[in-house]
Amino acid sequence: MPIAHIMASGMTGLRAGGDLVARMQLSKSMKIKEAKEYVAKKVGVDVFDLADEYAMRDVREDLGIGVITSVPGAPKGIAAKMNIEKVLDTKINCCDYFRNQIKQ
Amino acid sequence: MATEYILRMGDGKRVSMTKEQIKEDTLAGAGNAVDYGLVPELSADEIDKLIEICTMPGKSVSVEYGMEIPVSHDIGTIRLDGDQGNSGVGIPSSRLVGMMMHERAFGADTMELGHIDYSFKPVKPIVSNECQMMEVAQQNMIVPLFYGAMPNMGLYYTPDGPFENPGDLLKAFKLEEAFASMEHSAEHLTRDIVWIMQKLMASGADGVNLDTTGAAGDADAYGTLTAVKALREEFPEMYIEVGSAGESWIGMHGMLEFEGTVLAGLWPHQQVKLVEKAGASIFGPAVNTNTSRTFPWNLARSVAFTKECCKASTIPIHADMGMGVGGIPMLETPPIDAVTRASKAIVEIAGADGI
Repeated sequence: MPIAHIMASGMTGLRAGGDLVARMQLSKSMKIKEAKEYVAKKVGVDVFDLADEYAMRDVREDLGIGVITSVPGAPKGIAAKMNIEKVLDTKINCCDYFRNQIKQ
Repeated sequence: MATEYILRMGDGKRVSMTKEQIKEDTLAGAGNAVDYGLVPELSADEIDKLIEICTMPGKSVSVEYGMEIPVSHDIGTIRLDGDQGNSGVGIPSSRLVGMMMHERAFGADTMELGHIDYSFKPVKPIVSNECQMMEVAQQNMIVPLFYGAMPNMGLYYTPDGPFENPGDLLKAFKLEEAFASMEHSAEHLTRDIVWIMQKLMASGADGVNLDTTGAAGDADAYGTLTAVKALREEFPEMYIEVGSAGESWIGMHGMLEFEGTVLAGLWPHQQVKLVEKAGASIFGPAVNTNTSRTFPWNLARSVAFTKECCKASTIPIHADMGMGVGGIPMLETPPIDAVTRASKAIVEIAGADGI
């Protein structure tokens, strides 16, 4: 059933830019229009492109913010999130947590 | 002979309806929300749009280009490795595999880690296990990752918990004792949610998804909102999603207030104002499905309630659209035709910011 929602209305997460828009809704309580405009500006695409897998694939790979397929050498997991922090100019709790664990 | 369209009853059974019957039920369902929740009537254009969605050819439908929204997930990986009680499909997979499958294979916009019981109270004895799982998961996941659980205040009552069951006390006309039991349970619920989330935030969680708030009535909502307020004060940047259990918080206690507002009997557009005050990031209104009514009746009712909630809210609305809420049939395997039509209507007509 959740997949039916994703297919009917969703932004398809890492396939396009759904996780980025969700992150701005959650971190700044942005409504959908504001969140989409914010993310589109930060990643350098049109708002319309945010749910377009073709448009977002290269953008995600170039910015190192995670792609849906397993590309050898591409940032994954926490590394991709550290790039998302910079691209979206937002703080992510687990990135802080892991940075604080690194010994100087 | 009039053309008939294949639709559903609220329990998922297939029915055939004429356009006139669909219109009649759409008007009646929306009218029910107006009567009960005192929300504004849907406009003639919105009613026409609902009928259009119900009569669209094709088994599944979708939103128009440019209207896509994020879909946040409750229940986490229990959907995969859980049993029928959680609508799980019983695939023996680890929670990390389940989370990564949702992210990489299913295209989920958010995901969450959750205990197999999916309630806060049973997490207490095993919280360290949840913390270590959160640390490992956050190293591997990219999408926002909550810790998710139900407040489920019923677990604090006998025979499962320490406080006498208010249902039994009310039946014996021990009103003061029943009120005290609910108040004590709410205090413990708040304490447990805050304590568990302090531990998980210290292990890298992005935030919390409080699913089915108010399931045990107004005291359940009180305990949850109080926890949200405390968490927001301690963690200003924490992601907090509050999903409701039903369209109206039942007044089991009846006199509990949050920030000066009585909680009993609040409808989604009133619930969201308190969720905002508590400090949540996102609210998920739930509008319950009536299994004896048709899909157009339930969908119109859900759209009328949710539209007013979206209008009243200053925070994003991710409408609850699971089995038995949001116009979707009350069935473990809700038919795709109904799910996609409800999905489209709640985004395009009600104006939800997400699902």
